[in-house]
This record gives sequence, C-alpha cells and structure tokens, in this order.
Amino acid sequence: MTTWAVDLANVGPVYPWIGFEVIMVLVAVALWILWHIVQIRQENEDYAEDIRLYGDRESIKKALEEHPV
Amino acid sequence: MGDQLSALTTVFTEFYYWVTVVLMFLIHVGFCMYEVGASRRRNHLKTLMKNTMVIPLVTITFFFFGWWIYWALPNGPWIFEGKGLILDGATGATQFGPASEKMGTNLGDRLTGVFWAAFLLFSWTVASIVSGSLIERVRSGAFWIIAVMIGSVTWIIDAAWGWHFDGWMVKLLGYHDAYASGVIHAIGGGTALGVLIVLGPRLGRFMADGTPREFVPHNPWLVTIGLFLIYTGFWGFYAACNVPIISPATIAGQITGETWTATTIYLTPTTLSAITVNFIMSLSGGLLVGYLVSKGNPFWTYSGGLAGIIAASAGNDLYHPIQALIIGGIGIYVAYKLHHWVERRFKIDDAVGAVAVHGYAGFLGVVIAGFMLWGYPSSPFDGFAAINPLGNFIGAIIMFFVLGFVPGYVLAKILNSFGLLRVPRQVELMGLDFRTLHEEEQARQDVRDAEKALA
Repeated sequence: MTTWAVDLANVGPVYPWIGFEVIMVLVAVALWILWHIVQIRQENEDYAEDIRLYGDRESIKKALEEHPV
Repeated sequence: MGDQLSALTTVFTEFYYWVTVVLMFLIHVGFCMYEVGASRRRNHLKTLMKNTMVIPLVTITFFFFGWWIYWALPNGPWIFEGKGLILDGATGATQFGPASEKMGTNLGDRLTGVFWAAFLLFSWTVASIVSGSLIERVRSGAFWIIAVMIGSVTWIIDAAWGWHFDGWMVKLLGYHDAYASGVIHAIGGGTALGVLIVLGPRLGRFMADGTPREFVPHNPWLVTIGLFLIYTGFWGFYAACNVPIISPATIAGQITGETWTATTIYLTPTTLSAITVNFIMSLSGGLLVGYLVSKGNPFWTYSGGLAGIIAASAGNDLYHPIQALIIGGIGIYVAYKLHHWVERRFKIDDAVGAVAVHGYAGFLGVVIAGFMLWGYPSSPFDGFAAINPLGNFIGAIIMFFVLGFVPGYVLAKILNSFGLLRVPRQVELMGLDFRTLHEEEQARQDVRDAEKALA
C-alpha cells in the first residue's frame, strides 16, 4: 500500500508480497517438516545421553529414591 | 459493510468469535494444568511441553491444510451424489486454502480469520484429549505427529462430513451433533484408545494378576484448577459452535419471515440462552451422578461434570434442561463403569480417563440425540434426512471407530515400527525429567556451597 486515500469498499488484501502466497506457503511447509526431523533427532540424542549417564541399575534405583512416585 | 446494519452485524460477529477464541484458550491452559498435576513429579516438565507444543504445531498445519479440508470434503469426496472435492463457489475450498488472499490481512473480509481461529481452537482441544491419556511414556515427537493427524486431518474430515451445513452425513443420515459430542469428543476418545492399545500401560501400572495400581496425581489442586478452567473454556466452545446472528434471507432455506436468529453449525435455529441453560444443567447432572457413582472421588466427580456436558452436547440446542440434566447423569454413569471394565479386562492404562469421558460419553451422547430428536429436521434446507436413531448411531461409529480408533491405531503402529512411539524403558523408570531435575539440584548445591564458602 502506498496511500490510505482510498474508498475502503474497494480495498482487499493489504499484506506485503501479494501474489507470492504459494511460495510463502511452500517455505513454511518445508520449515514445519524440518522442525519434526530436527526434533526427533534431538529427542533420540537426549534419550541416549540419559541412558549413558544414568541408565545403569544402581543409578535408576537412586533416581527413584530422589523422585518417588 | 455498506450500511450501518450490515457493518454492525459484521463487526458483532467478528467480535463474538474473537471472544470465544479467548475463552477457549482456557481449555488448553486447563488441559496443561490437568496433565501436569496428574503426572508424577519426575515427569511433569516433559508432560507440560508435550501439550504446550500442540499449540504451534496444530496451528500451522491447520493453516496449511486443515481449513482447506473442511471446505473441500463435505461430500466425502465421492461419497454422496458422486461429487468430488468442493473447490469453487461461495464456500469452495480454494478461497480457504493457505495461499488464499482471504487468509491474510484483507479489508474486504472480516470474518474468515476469526471463524478459522474458532475452528483451530477446536483442533487444539481434540489433540489435547488424546495427550492426557498417553502421559509418562509416549515420546513427545510421536505424540506431536499424532496431534497433527487428529488436529489437522481426521477431526476436520469428520467436521466436513457431519458438522457442516452441507455435509453428506447430515444430508444422507440426518446426523445431528450440535455441540460436538461425536465430532470432537468421540473421535478424540477413539483415537486415544487406538494409540493406547499399541503404546501399552505405564511400567508398574498393573500387578502380576492384572489388578491396576493407582498412580496418584502429584498435585490434585493443579488437576482441580485445570478442570475448572476446562469447564470455563467450554462455555466459549459452546458459543463458538453457533452462528450468532443471521437472517432467514441469508440462510436461504425453508425458514420464512424476517426474524433474525442464532443458529447451530447446521444453520438450524437455536438461542444462546437455551444452550447456556442446557450446558449448566448437563454439567450438574454429570457432577451429581459422578459424585455418587465414584463414591465422592474428586477426580471422577470433576470428570463427571465434563462427561455430563459431553453426553448432552449433541442435542443441547434443542433439549429441555431436565433432559440435559438426566442425559448428563447417564453419560458419566456409563463412562465410569465402562472405563473400569475396559481397564481391568484389556489392561488399558488411560491416565486421565479421556477415552471414557470424551470417547464413551461422546459416543453415547450422539446415540441418545438420535432417539431424543427423532423426526426433527436436521437442516433448514430441503432434501435433507430428518434426525433419526440409525443415522446418529452410524455417525457415532464413524466418529469413534472409523475416523478415531482406526487412524490412531494405524499411526501408532507405524511410529512403533520405527521405534519412535515409546520412551526407552530406562528413561521411563528414572523419570523423563530426571537429568534436568538432577542438574538443577546440582546447580542449587553449587550455589549453596559457594555461599557457605563466603559466610
């Protein structure tokens, strides 16, 4: 938009980059899928680290003592 | 917006839906508090994040394809009258897709955005229903994929079919479910049950002889406030299911005269006043019977209130308040009994009773509405089947099993086959938050040691 000296009855969309909606959607969808991929990788690493540090029998028993049911 | 009356009607409708969206936000706050309160202390951070991230993930996917599905699939596609996707025309899906100019700041359209947002909040709710039943052993990443499936795909398909003024289930079956006993609650409960069967119970939940152990909520007060907030948001949910004001000429159906009215999603007349009375009467019926059947158990009394509303919701646009009261009571009685039978018989660990409160009560509510409203018109338009018991029974099966249980079970199986569904056994035993809590305690100890050294 370059001016508000208009009859609003004749105004429709006013956001930037009108005409590029499909491209914006494709970028957003790609980012959404990427988010899931990164999240699952992080989660796998997180659990592996949990098990490496505290996954032995004695550590788990100690954990249950620290945080009982 | 050309004259004052149309401007006032438009702005009132815009503001009306905006208020319902804000009220419905409390449902999600309530679900988060409820789940965190019901989980054990060593799992509450992961539990909180699991439900919180439903908000952005279902929001963006509902923007990408959920809203489009609602407008494209009222005929199935190809289930009714041989029609495929509905893409063109005044309510065609093309104008509600993510690339449509109506979805951005558009001075020529003041209603699409708030209407989209109201539907979106329903989507969060249906995903949250599933969330609570899976706590303390489902991987967050797996749940978020399940949340996208139900929040942005399966529930909105059922809404297109049975919760749309032109949906094939309404036309062909006379399906009536004004406040979503089936289209939100039964599908949520059915999906949760499908996932739970694959996921399995929490470690230690059942004794060797199959007797269930009680996992006591770590914070019953958080659970209480959470459920009160869900009740509060439910008021907004009811209002959001209505069209607040519309003229017979705009509906363009069989209604004669010039009296403007509120309508259900099917454009059948009702009043905000009626649904407010019926909401609170069905809540009361659920609370009263929930208290008795559970012998005063607070968890089931509160859940009883919720199940009461859910059981009466399908017909609360038309019921007498006493009918809503009694149906609410029947809803929690059946849900409570069925929950405990299923738990013992099939070793299903539904941590918050979501399958019962939403699934069984919702299913029952749709079936009861078929009998109670038998012969009422399902639509203001000509050529639609009248409300009837068989149509609503088939509808309840579609909601709970076809679009709820089956997709939940299949997706859980797929995730499980990749090792992505359940947290590793050691992590479940030590607690999902153990490392975080342990490191926080070490940090506190470091500060204490430093302060002692300075003393």
